[in-house]
Parts: sequence; structure tokens; C-alpha cells
Amino acid sequence: MSAPNSSYDPVEVTPLRSDEIDRMRDEALAAIAAAVTLDDLKQVRIDHVGDRSPIALANREIGALQPQARKEAGQRVGQARGAINQALAARTAELEEAEEQQALVTEAVDVTLPWDVQPIGARHPVTTLSEHIADIFVAMGWEIAEGPEVEAEWLNFDALNLGPDHPARTMQDTFWVTPERAAMVLRTHTSPVQARTMLTRTPPIYVACPGRVFRTDELDATHSPVFHQVEGLAIDEGLSMAHLKGTLDHFAQAIYGDGMTTRFRPSYFPFTEPSAEMDLLCYVCHNEPDAVAACRTCKGEGWVEWGGCGVVNPRVLIACGIDPERYSGFAFGIGIDRTITSRYDIADLRDLFDGDIRFTEPFGVEL
Amino acid sequence: MKVPVSWLRQYVDLPADLSTVDLAARLTAFDLKLEEIVSSGISGPLVVGRVLNLVKEEQKNGKTINWCRVDVGAHNDPSVPDAPGEDVPSRGIVCGAHNFVEGDLVVVSLPGTVLPALGFEISARKTYGHVSDGMICSSAELGLPGDASGIIVLEPGSAAPGDDAIALLGLGEEVLDLEVNPDRAYALSLRGVARDAAIAFGVPFHDPADVEAETVATAGPGAYPVQVQDPTACPVFAALTVTGVDPSAVTPPWLAQRIELAGMRSISLAVDVTNYVMLELGFPIHGYDRSLLKGPLVVRRASDGEKLTTLDGVTRTLTAEDAVVTDDRGPVGLGGVMGGEEVEMTSTTTDVVIEAAVWTAPMIARTARTQRLTSEAAKRNERGVDPTLPAHAARRVADLLVEHGGGTLEDGLTLIGEAPVPADIVLRADLSARVTGVDIDTIAAVEALEANGCAVEVDHDWLTVTPPPWRPDLTDPYDVVEDVLRVVGYDQVPSVIPVAPAGRGLSVAQKLRRRAGNILAGEGLVEVKTFPFAGPADWDRMGLPADDVRRRQVLLENPLSAEEPGLTTTLLSGLLRSLVLNIGRGHADVHITETGRVFLPQAVEAEAPIYGVDRRPTVEELDAFAAVLPHQPYHVGLVMSGERVRSGWAGAGRPVTWADAVAVVRHLATALHVDIEVEAADQAPWHPGRCAAIVLDGVTIGHAGELHPRVLKAYGLPPRVVAAEVDLDALIAASPAVGPRPDFSAYPVAKEDLALVVDVSAAAGPLATTLASSSPLIESARLFDVYTGEQVAEGKKSLAFALRLRAPDRTLTDEDIKGAREAAVSAAASQHGATLRT
Repeated sequence: MSAPNSSYDPVEVTPLRSDEIDRMRDEALAAIAAAVTLDDLKQVRIDHVGDRSPIALANREIGALQPQARKEAGQRVGQARGAINQALAARTAELEEAEEQQALVTEAVDVTLPWDVQPIGARHPVTTLSEHIADIFVAMGWEIAEGPEVEAEWLNFDALNLGPDHPARTMQDTFWVTPERAAMVLRTHTSPVQARTMLTRTPPIYVACPGRVFRTDELDATHSPVFHQVEGLAIDEGLSMAHLKGTLDHFAQAIYGDGMTTRFRPSYFPFTEPSAEMDLLCYVCHNEPDAVAACRTCKGEGWVEWGGCGVVNPRVLIACGIDPERYSGFAFGIGIDRTITSRYDIADLRDLFDGDIRFTEPFGVEL
Repeated sequence: MKVPVSWLRQYVDLPADLSTVDLAARLTAFDLKLEEIVSSGISGPLVVGRVLNLVKEEQKNGKTINWCRVDVGAHNDPSVPDAPGEDVPSRGIVCGAHNFVEGDLVVVSLPGTVLPALGFEISARKTYGHVSDGMICSSAELGLPGDASGIIVLEPGSAAPGDDAIALLGLGEEVLDLEVNPDRAYALSLRGVARDAAIAFGVPFHDPADVEAETVATAGPGAYPVQVQDPTACPVFAALTVTGVDPSAVTPPWLAQRIELAGMRSISLAVDVTNYVMLELGFPIHGYDRSLLKGPLVVRRASDGEKLTTLDGVTRTLTAEDAVVTDDRGPVGLGGVMGGEEVEMTSTTTDVVIEAAVWTAPMIARTARTQRLTSEAAKRNERGVDPTLPAHAARRVADLLVEHGGGTLEDGLTLIGEAPVPADIVLRADLSARVTGVDIDTIAAVEALEANGCAVEVDHDWLTVTPPPWRPDLTDPYDVVEDVLRVVGYDQVPSVIPVAPAGRGLSVAQKLRRRAGNILAGEGLVEVKTFPFAGPADWDRMGLPADDVRRRQVLLENPLSAEEPGLTTTLLSGLLRSLVLNIGRGHADVHITETGRVFLPQAVEAEAPIYGVDRRPTVEELDAFAAVLPHQPYHVGLVMSGERVRSGWAGAGRPVTWADAVAVVRHLATALHVDIEVEAADQAPWHPGRCAAIVLDGVTIGHAGELHPRVLKAYGLPPRVVAAEVDLDALIAASPAVGPRPDFSAYPVAKEDLALVVDVSAAAGPLATTLASSSPLIESARLFDVYTGEQVAEGKKSLAFALRLRAPDRTLTDEDIKGAREAAVSAAASQHGATLRT
């Protein structure tokens, strides 16, 4: 409370003197400017515009003035308060900005720190390449057929024109299920899937059959008793070797890129006639004259062996109940494991099957 | 088939300047695929020398060397020798071998010779105090077979000093090693390869079978008596006799060299000659020592259990499917496969009975297979020989024995049976064009077939093709097409993409297997591929009880390893082996998975049927396969070791626990929209207290949890490895075509926590299910705390659940919430004996 208003004279009310109010305002502005934290500023607000601040107290004295003096005093106090509040707001914003900046700087981290606490897994390239191949054929309207790995001898051999005394049968070193008279084998190729497809469906048939197959080869750097193939089979009216070549060329381009092509060499498979070995244009040197001689992938040949193929032998069609007078077809097969070892320059086939995680990991989830 | 090029050129007029590489390329395009071109690689002055003088000099190192003067004819050093010996031109050579004497003919590599076996060029060099002006060679140094302990000593008089030894020893020969497909039996002969070369190059062919066989009268007195009792086994049998062969006569070097280049060993004149003719004509010949034969030769089927010791020294038990040649004592040869030991030609044989017979090919294949006997004869006979050749082949052998062994051809050819006439093949004239897609007209097709030796008759749109006798493989119209195409050229086939009808894409199972694979990778698992072979050692390590169904496996007749006699019934066998490998290679946090088939035998062992191939089996016949083949479902397996969350700069990690294995299976099921139940189970190889059964519609389809400590010990694995295996086919079969529809309310949620006290052994899973279904207002009940300790009674535990309550149509009132909570408590009490924790 101010002193009692003994003499009724406005000039006598000291706090409302204009120089006094200017002083209060200047002190307040100086304090605001001097505040370096929001906490400082909070105190400045209490000290200079709070209920007990000099300017608030001065304001209260206005009522003591003569009515004609009140307006002027009120204006003077109001202007001073306005200036102080404006300065407070500006300084608050300034300090808030500075403190946020400071906080962001303090919270900065080393974003290069590794976050390897739960790495993603990976899928085996035999799986992902098989899927990739399946997608290529599905895009051509083909379907993907499957069959059992322990297979009936009749489906693995006889139905494919590999009778019991056929010399080619002994060329496929076969795992036989006990007892031998059970007439079951570990399939030596995915061809029984083709037989099953022909036996259960009617043409037109366009199927690809990826899968695991077995031969009694001892495991070494280039042989495995368990390996993977994909075979294709098309049965329709009017199909010829030209369609086989077209399909393989497209397949080669889909896997290895534009400009790829295949070539045929005569060969023999009991289930196809005529039969051919197919070579793939070397996907490294493309048989380019200036690159082929030094090419390690094709050893200077310009071509790499890719698989076997041919026109489906009518004897196979008959065993599978398809009229060879009306329908013809073609079939082909390639090795999936060899495609991987050659494409990724993997010297030892065993790496695919011993399960070391470092083999699978680089392949990621998709090829 | 190994084909010496100079021998081949004898029968076909190949261009003189044709390179062996170009020859091979053309033959490859003709279905005779080149494996490799074999040559000695030797070049330079490799000559014959005569040892004039030989001085043995003992060396400080204890060795004795020979300091020789060697006469190498025109290659002699004209300067005067330093020592020892006469003053004749010669060369001084140091040699460490001791199997030769003065006067011997030897092989000398003079400076400048390149011997690939040594890897360097020979030069004159100082050694043991002399300048050795060349090297006397051993077989090994020349890359030749034979005795490597000493140097080569040539037969006296077989060459003169200075002669070119490269030609003499056949070291300049190039040999084509060709891969002969089973349908091209004729190409297992020089005759056949030469004929194809003649077709390929369009040059004249000179048939080595053009010999005057019939000039020997058929019924002469010298004809050896033969009876063929089973003409289906042996349609043609020819025999000639040569007597008075000089047992000391040696095989002429050129002939020995040819058969050795072709991959056979030179043994004796009589044996070499039969092999030579077999290589030349592709027709296997057998020679008997006539003095050892007792009575006439008889061809018949063996009786079951009959015994024969073949000339490889193996005593064989025969079956009624095998053909034998017998004399009075019994079998003396396994027809078409191998002769018998008792009547084998030896170094004292003077009188030879030459057998040239045609055997039925499938019978030979069967005998070779059942006797596990692959001879050069069987290889040709099982593929089919030219049946018109027996008399010619026998005569070729006889002529060579007469010429080089001084024998006399007895008057009288035994010739029983006639060559079967190949069946005509009738086909449409445009078949080649239709099958190959190449524009081949009738004229081109006929020309190609005639080039292959076929006779062709054209009748409007039809061709009647008579195959030549050396092509028993040509039986079907499509066989004919292949021979047309190889003349036209496989490179002529155009490229046309066929248009398949609209397909249905991947099957549901194929799509879901992919989804499963991606989920597993997202879970941090690395896919491996292991071999599906396993056996009792695996079951023992895994601690499977003696009566565990997984011990019943599909066994193999010929497993690669006795340790793994059959196919696996669980993916864990392979995964655990892979885990051991990974940990052995220094990886600690190994999380691996495999998706693959397991093999579960049928309850009753049965045989798969074998049907004919002249028609499609009936539906019932096809179903018979499924009934006997093992069940082969796809499983997903996984094993995890080390840390699930790895330790690092952010703090300590978390080791894998049983719950991680269960979680992966749960995620897999969720991704396939399949509701599974998890129940406590006790199943090897898991820890009996930390094993979850994965249950689908009341059927257990897998297990997950921590592995039994004993199992880990047996594998040498660290503690706390976890694993899961689940039947993926079962999950896929249960996966709905359409997943669940979203169903949620926008009204506010009410949250209530509930702590329930149950027995320590009570399962939390079913209790949560009970709570969630106790009131339609309860949206979910999630376990957030498990407590045992002072604040609950001994033998009890407290399970704390967070309930979320919500109504589909209104904001819940306090009454609603109270009612739902009471319903939950009461259901927990009545179904699980749970009491509210106070």
C-alpha cells in the first residue's frame, strides 16, 4: 500500500510521475534483455509486471488522481505495460527458440552406429531362383507342376521310354528304395512330374516343373547326390522344335537379359526325339570377338552348356494317353544348382548344401 | 569312343588340310560329341638311338650313372667325342637307368624336344661332370603307359638310329574322344565314325567290312561244329578256325599302337586282333583256344544257378535269362558279354576258333546289369550291332591272324541263322518339317536319309524308309526325323514363341509356400538346404524313444553312407547337422530354417506297380501309386542358438528362448490366416518342460520349444538351443481362401486389469482364451505379468491380464464394465479354479 493520500494533489503521487513510469519501464526492459533463460524471464515477469510489481502498484494509484489526470496517467501506465509485455513475448520466443536449438544439439546422436540386434533372414538361392524361373513361365501362361520325390519306378523310367533293359537307365545312377521289388526310386529327374501331368490332364499342357532330384554321385566340388532341376513341357497341336527354341530363347533372355540366345547340338534322351543339348550364349563375353578368347566363364567357347531338350517322343505320349497323331510337344531341362554356381562364380557345389549361413545371407530375400 | 585320327582317315577321304578341331566340331554337330582331343603334345627331335658305349661311373652321392655314347644317325655330333669309345660320330648322354646294355635301341630326346610330362624343353646341360647332349627316355617321360622303372628299350631291328621316334611310338597321333549316345551304337567303331564323317563332309567312305567272307565255303571240313538252340537269344552265329598260329608272333607295332590309342591294352596277337576288329567294325569277336574245347559249341540259355568263371576271374551264378556258349563240359562263355576262363586264348595257343555272333540286345543289357559286368563286348551288344557282319568280322580276324601269326585259315565257315531284316518305317513326307519347324521338303528329307544309308521310297505324301543294318536304333518315324535334322543342321531350327492358353498362375499351395518363406526370412531366419538322408545315429542323438514313429523310415538299397541308410522323417536331422557346422565355424547366433519334404512310409509296405507303355494306365491303376508311395509332406523346420536380440552398444541382448520358437510358428500361422492352439507337450528332442505342441483342429501338426539338454550334449551344441518343426502342408490346407474381415467398433475403449491366482502348473493360454470369450464386451485379454512369490500362496501364481472392453453400438456404462468384469472372473473361477487376487 502506498502512503495515505493526505494532500489531494496528483502531482504529489510519486509513482505516477511520468519519469517514474519511464524508469519502471526501462528497468523492466533491461531486466528482460538481461534474462538468458526462460526461468530468468519468469522471474522478470513476476518482478516487473506481476501483481506486486512497481508498475502494478502504480496502476493502483491512478484512482487517487483527479479525474482529469486519471486518463493521462492510465495511458502512461498502459503504454509502459504494453512495451514490457511485448518485450517479454519477444524475449520468450527468442529464448524458447534458443532452448529448443540447444536441446536438439544436445540430443544429437551418431546415426552411423550399427543397429544389428535383429538382422533380417535370407532365402536360399535355389528357392529364389526356382521362384524366379516359375514367374518367367507363369508370365507366359504356363503353370507350375509338382510331384513326389520318392517316385514309382514306372513313372520315373518306363513311362518315359526308359524300359528296364534300356542302356540309358544304367546311365542314371539311381537310388532304389528298399526292397528293390518295391519298384520305387528317388526320382532321378523331374520328368516323372511331366508324366504325371500328361496322365492327369488333357492338352493343351504348358507346365514347368522345378524340383529336387537325386543320383548316386558322391559329393564333391562339382557333383552332388541331391540337386535341383527345372523342366518344361508343352503339349499342344502343331508344336515343333522351333517353339522349343523360341521358349528357350525367351527363357534365356528373361534370366540373363536381352540379346541372349541358345543353340542346339544333337543328343540323345529316351523321352525326346529328336533330342538336343542346348548351349547358352556365354552371358559374360556374349561370344564377342574381342572378349571371347579370354573369357573364363565359357573357356573361350562363346557358349556354355545349359541343359537338354527335344521333341517329346510319341512313345511317351502313348504311355501317357495322349494321341500323338493330334498332339506334339517339347520338353527341356536345366540344372538350377549349376546355374547358380556358374552365375555367381561359386567354385564348390558343396557350399550350396552344407548350410553355412554365410552362403545364403548375401542372396537376401529375393534374387 | 577313342578314335585315332590317322586310323579314321583310312576309311574316309577327309580333306588333307582339315584340322582335327574342325573335324571334331563337325562330328559334334552330327551327334558324336567331342569330349576332348587327346595328343601327346611332344614336339622336337625325338629320335631312335643305339647305345654304342656305356661306362658306369660311381658318384659321390652313391649313385651310379652311365656315361654313354649314343648313335643317333643323322643327328650325331660331328665333333670328336671327349671320351669314351670309338671315334664314330655320336652324342654323349648321361643316363641314370640300368635296364639297358651296349647295342640296345633306345629313344633319345635331343636338345629342343618338348616333353609335356616333364614340363620343360630338353637342352644340353652339364651334369655329373659331363655335358649330357640329350636324354634317354622312359615311358613315363613320354606320357606312355608301361614300366616306368627304366628307359624304353626297343625291339632289336625295329628301327634304325636317327629314325623319328614320334611317328614310331605314335606320339604324333591325335585321338578324338567322342561321347557316343546310346542310340548311336554304330559309332562305337571306326567304321561308324568314318561313315558319319563321310556324310558330314560329303566325301567317299571306304567300308572296312568289305572283305570276301563268302569265299570260305560254308560247309567245309574245317568248320567248327556249332548248335544254336535258342535263336531268339542268338539270331546269327558265325565261326572260322585258324590253325598253326605262331604263339611267339608279336602284334605288329602299328596295330598295337592303334588299339592302345583307342584305349585298350595290347595283350597278345590273337587277343589284339579280335579287339582290333571289334574297334574297326564295332562287332565284338570272341576267340577260343580250340585245343581246350571239348566237343561242339552250343548256344542256349543258362539254367538258374549254373556257374561260370569268366576270364576276369569272377565265378558267376547265372540265371535262365542269360545266354551261354557251352561245350561238352558246360558253359565256356557268357554269350555276348565275356568268355570263360577255361577256354581262354593263352600264350601257347596255336589253333583259334573265332566266334562272331549277334545277340539279342535287351538280353545282353539285362545280363550286364544283373552280373554288374560292363565289357567292351557288352557295351556294343546291348546297344545293337550290325547283324550282317558276323561272317565278315570273323574273316577280318582270320585274315589278320594268317597275315601276322602265320596261321592257316581252315576251309569251312560256320554260319547259323540270318540277319534279321530291319522293319520299314512309314511316315508322312512332311513329318520332318512339322516336327522340327525347319522348311524341309520331300527331296531334302529323302536326300538326308539316303546319306544316312537308308533306302527311301516316296509314295505321294508318304515315305517308306528301310534303315541300314547298322542302325538298329531307327525304328520310329521320329527317329528318322532326327537323322534328317542332323544332315540339315540343328542350327537351322528357327525361334518361335508358342502361345499358351491363359494360365491360372501359381497354385494356392505354391503361393502360400512362398509367403511362408518370406515370413521366415522376415523373422530373421536364414534358409538352408540339407540332404534328406538320415538314420538311427540321428534318431539316437535326437533321443527318439525306441518306439517313436519317426524311427520308421524309407530305407534305400544303395545309400551313400551306412550312417544314413534312408530318408529322413524330420527336418531337424539336417538342421541340427547344419547348426553344428555353423557353430564349428565360429558363428554363435545361428537362426536357420529349412522347408522341405519328409518321408513317412505307408503303414504297410507294398510294391509300386509296373504297367505296360502301350496305353495310359486307368485311373484306378494310377491311384495305386499314391497308395504305396510314402507320404511326403512339406515341413518347415527351424533351429536357433545364441541371442535372439544381439548384445551391442545399445545394451545387453536377449538369448533365444523356447518362446521364440513358438512365436515363429505363431507368426507363420497368422500369416496363413490359420488358427492354431499351443499346448504343453513332451516330445523328443525337446525339453519335456519346454515343449509346445502346435495343434490345428485337435490334431498335432508340429512342436516348438527348447531342445533337451541331453540332445544338445549329444550334438556337442551349446545350451538353450531352440527348435520347431511344423507340417506346412497341414497349415496350407487349413488356410482359408479369404482371410478374416476387419471387425471393430469406433466407440471408446474401457480398460480393466485383472489379477488371477491359479496353480503354478496351470496354463495361461487357455485362461486367456476363457477371459476373452467370457463376455461379448471383452475385446481382448492380454497377459502382462506372471508373479510367484511372497504375495501369493505356496504352489500358486498370479496371472495379470489387461482387458479391453468395448461395445459395437454404444459407449459402455459403469454397469456394463462391472458386469463384463464379473463375467470374466466367474468364468475363470468355474473353468480354471482361478481366484481374484486380493
